Amino acid sequence: MPAKASRAAFGEALLELGAQDPRIVTVDADLSKSTMTAAFAKAYPGRAFNVGIAESNMIGIGAGLALAGKIPFVCSFACFVAGRFETIRMSVAYTRANVKIVGTHAGIAIGEDGYSQMGLEDIACLRALPNVPIIQPADETETKQAIAYAVEHQGPLYLRLTRQNLEPVSPPDYRFQFGKAVVLRPGSDVTILASGGPVFNCLKAAEKLEGEGVKAEVINVACIKPLDEELLVRSASRTGRVMTVEDHSIWGGLGGAVSELLAEVHPTPVKRLGVQGFGESGDPKGLYAKHGLDPEGIARSVMKFLSC
Amino acid sequence: MPSADLARLQSVARDCRVQIIRMLTHAGSGHPGGSLSVIDILTVLFGARMRYDPKRPDWPDRDRFILSKGHCVPALYALMAKVGYFPESLLITLRKLGSPLQGHPDRVMLPGIEAATGSLGQGLSMAMGIALGLRLDRRPSRVYCVIGDGESQEGQVWEAAMEAPKLGQPDHPLDNLCVFLDYNGIQLDDFVKKVLDLEPVVEKWKAFGWAVIEIDGHDLTQITKALDQAEAIKGRPTFIVAHTVKGKSVSFMENNPEWHGKAPKPQEGIRAIREILGVAEGDWAGYLDRHPETAAIVRELGALEKK
Repeated sequence: MPAKASRAAFGEALLELGAQDPRIVTVDADLSKSTMTAAFAKAYPGRAFNVGIAESNMIGIGAGLALAGKIPFVCSFACFVAGRFETIRMSVAYTRANVKIVGTHAGIAIGEDGYSQMGLEDIACLRALPNVPIIQPADETETKQAIAYAVEHQGPLYLRLTRQNLEPVSPPDYRFQFGKAVVLRPGSDVTILASGGPVFNCLKAAEKLEGEGVKAEVINVACIKPLDEELLVRSASRTGRVMTVEDHSIWGGLGGAVSELLAEVHPTPVKRLGVQGFGESGDPKGLYAKHGLDPEGIARSVMKFLSC
Repeated sequence: MPSADLARLQSVARDCRVQIIRMLTHAGSGHPGGSLSVIDILTVLFGARMRYDPKRPDWPDRDRFILSKGHCVPALYALMAKVGYFPESLLITLRKLGSPLQGHPDRVMLPGIEAATGSLGQGLSMAMGIALGLRLDRRPSRVYCVIGDGESQEGQVWEAAMEAPKLGQPDHPLDNLCVFLDYNGIQLDDFVKKVLDLEPVVEKWKAFGWAVIEIDGHDLTQITKALDQAEAIKGRPTFIVAHTVKGKSVSFMENNPEWHGKAPKPQEGIRAIREILGVAEGDWAGYLDRHPETAAIVRELGALEKK
């Protein structure tokens, strides 16, 4: 399976699911070529609505469509949908509208466009809403299954997708389960909890660490809300050290969620790896290296974490 | 409108005004001014126009109503009680712990509420989405929405204003959508003209492509006629500019920004009810003797003062 962006996998999944379920509609705000709903719009022209560069209105229209029995996917860049937090809060979350919010272009991995287009605080914002689950798939297989799940899920949901291609990480028999995390590589010395784009790099880092005698357990946390408490606590209690890795601010994202959970139910030393401060323009590889999200940086952080 | 219908609607509006004052006085907080300015519009909608079944609030072919200016929900609660969504006795639980009558509308706690509103500027977008969804399914339902004039300062209102006449075109135009502007001229801080004037309102909505009708929002006949007109307009949504008076029917509240978001004290509430019912001070005792239901409300409010 070649590497594929989760936004591209989303576009393909939607095209397929759209044929089976006529309730599925899309609402975009002039980014349908980037969010990859353009193919759906072409295949089902009466079911795709581009409302112009007006994200608040897009989210509100999505809520209304959901109240009328549709299953709307409202799509824009992660930073722009989360920027309309208050509309999501009232029109979607509190209204309990069955809206699927899709935020693409997650993280610094979008590279050259720079900070203004990078979704870096979206998880932190939306995680505060009582009834909005957050799913961030790590490869094509997981994305397609997560999208299929989103259609079935009753109630709002946030899907965080990447612009960049993602190497396959899921096992061949993988089945996405809501609220479940998956051990991709077992280990006993440290738990690496990763989500989305950096998952593949964590597996690479675990290989490097193996060479240095460190057995890292790598867990793909696709479901950031709700967390798989059972698996996470089990792994943390076995390894005694937990590192979170994400292409998102270290404040309030996966690292925040895991820290909150473990502090309450199983206090464990946690190291959060992610983005601190604003992003910037640059090539994605260089940015990942700068923020320590490349395999070398992750391995380095693990060694440092284990030595203190 | 036949005079018997008009008299019935006038009586409904009057009763609802009394209930608005009653529930706000009980709650000790809330928004009387805008509730009193919007009540005649809601009276015609719920009393004569919309198709709904209080026993089946999820009936797919019901007409929808969204109060985008959610802080005026006491007016909506008064109508909902009047037409049978819940008993009138529930009205005095407004804003109290555990009550489905939240300070601003909650869709889940109170069946019949179509959307959570109260954060201004959002209701119209949701109303558009519902109208589109109904059109896609070829349902006959109409969607009504009331926005406020102060609310119209929100940017999302204008995103919606620009999009609604285009959304769903050409196969599913939103001519099932009818929006009222409760143009009472006052917002929380001051007169709308002083804070951020909306004029020229009619020209603005026309320029965006809406069919625009201008009426006196307290004239039940004009409201009815405007709704007739709106139903006959094809191919685009209708925007009704309803000129209203904030605090309508209560002399000391009328056109006074102080009464945007302040509940009457018990004696003020009683006086407001007397004025709504059009009874002179000297005739009040006799009126209460002849109208035990009003007398009960007055006793109830009087008792609040002693608490």
